Amino acid sequence: MSETILDVKDLNVKYGAIHALKGVSFTVAKGEVVSLIGANGAGKTTTLRAISGMLPYAGSVSFRGESLKGVPAHDLIGRGICHSPEGRGVFPNLTVMENIELGAYTRKDRDGIAADIEHCFRLFPRLEERVKQAAGTLSGGEQQMLAMSRALMGRPRLLMLDEPSLGLAPLIVAQIFEIVKKINSEGTTVLLVEQNARMALKISHRAYVVETGKITLSGTGQDLLNDHRVIESYLGA
Amino acid sequence: MEDFIQHLINGVSLGSIYALIALGYTMVYGILQLINFAHSEVYMLGAFAAYYTAIGLGRALGADLEPGIVFFGIVLIVAMAACGVAGLTIERFAYRPLRQAPKLNTLITAIGVSLFLQYTGQVIFGADPKSFPTVLEDRSLVSSGGIDLRLFDVTILLTGVAFMSGLHYLIHRTKTGKAMRAVSTNRQVASLMGINTDKIISMTFLIGSSLAGVGSVLVGMKYPQIDPLMGLFFGLKAFVAAVLGGIGNLAGAVLGGIIMGLSEEMVVAYLSSTYRDALAFGLLIVILVFRPAGLLGKWQTEKV
Repeated sequence: MSETILDVKDLNVKYGAIHALKGVSFTVAKGEVVSLIGANGAGKTTTLRAISGMLPYAGSVSFRGESLKGVPAHDLIGRGICHSPEGRGVFPNLTVMENIELGAYTRKDRDGIAADIEHCFRLFPRLEERVKQAAGTLSGGEQQMLAMSRALMGRPRLLMLDEPSLGLAPLIVAQIFEIVKKINSEGTTVLLVEQNARMALKISHRAYVVETGKITLSGTGQDLLNDHRVIESYLGA
Repeated sequence: MEDFIQHLINGVSLGSIYALIALGYTMVYGILQLINFAHSEVYMLGAFAAYYTAIGLGRALGADLEPGIVFFGIVLIVAMAACGVAGLTIERFAYRPLRQAPKLNTLITAIGVSLFLQYTGQVIFGADPKSFPTVLEDRSLVSSGGIDLRLFDVTILLTGVAFMSGLHYLIHRTKTGKAMRAVSTNRQVASLMGINTDKIISMTFLIGSSLAGVGSVLVGMKYPQIDPLMGLFFGLKAFVAAVLGGIGNLAGAVLGGIIMGLSEEMVVAYLSSTYRDALAFGLLIVILVFRPAGLLGKWQTEKV
């Protein structure tokens, strides 16, 4: 495969006495969709939060050859990492448009921003109908679309999505994953964290299984879909 | 009837001063969920900055300096700058180191800073009240049928409206305002948007504090006596105004300020000035019984 852009080595995170990540290592190559799958509480979200500089950690994270250690969360977007957080994190009191614009907070190219907003509306036409609505009035699926649009507005080289399927109806989940695939085919590398293993593996080039703070399995999406351990634990026969 | 209208004018004028100061409480609360008790001392520092500027300018320029809009403007700008710097300093050195600490710790720190400034003020400025120099000459603008519209009241009202409109524009129409609203909703997610949240918090203190500076000059002008403890009661009442309007809500702070000013004026006029301060808290209790989140506040469930 092509060059590695994200290299996570021996990541350790502790919340007080709880050792949440016990040496997680994985890589993401340019152009890939890579998933971290696993049960609730396995440490998937913690991994993303550590990469984003929201948590102190031991170990190393490097992005495009540069260490991210000590880089504050607000500098990541400038380096090309956009993180759509767990629970979507839209700003409920701000309008849909204001949320989208905040995704481009660090950018100054007006024309580029306008073009990217258009692009988001092509991906998620429903958002365009709701631009003036407060984000808190959107349905869960729409909020997820908004969170993804907002992350795309930072023109990420690496898009990190934390549980985009959480709490959504199956039909919407399928739609969201279709769009993740599309975003990837347009050139954005994606690191996906999911409990919905089946959907995630279907669109992933490679995936890692996270269990109680460790990576226990890895392989291509297709391999893992057929792996009996994955089938038993995560795909429910 | 004329009396009533006169009191209405006075009350709204006083209320807009309360509103300016209440805005500072509510902005900081909105962004940090912190009741910045030191805000009333920032206001006091503003009054002293204005006082020394006015005295200094008076000495330097002597008879060339006449009370008027220019003098008022200079003093206003100095007070705003002094308050802005004070607010920034307090945030940087007292609150920022406690950003990850439990909220109660920060609250106690705020009370500490407040007391520190009150007593340091007494040491430096002296505990005796000082009379605020005339920066603008009060005169009657319109006087008919028992109603007297005075320059001070009009100035206070216009200044208040100007700064409140400016704030409204800033919060709702600018990128910084959008960032401020984002940080106040969810600081962590805001930082993922590339927003430097520390900078935005500083900005909030800067703006809120400079509004207290505006308030301090208006008070100095209208009630020309200042002392290092002047923030205590006035600040407390502005805080009550912020709470009864719905703390964290900007329109609520303005509404609360106006209600506070009006009711204070009416109580003094029709009941007795003895009850003036009791009223502020009585009002708070009554409103909180019926609307626990304040008049315009939204009841929010505690996030776990």
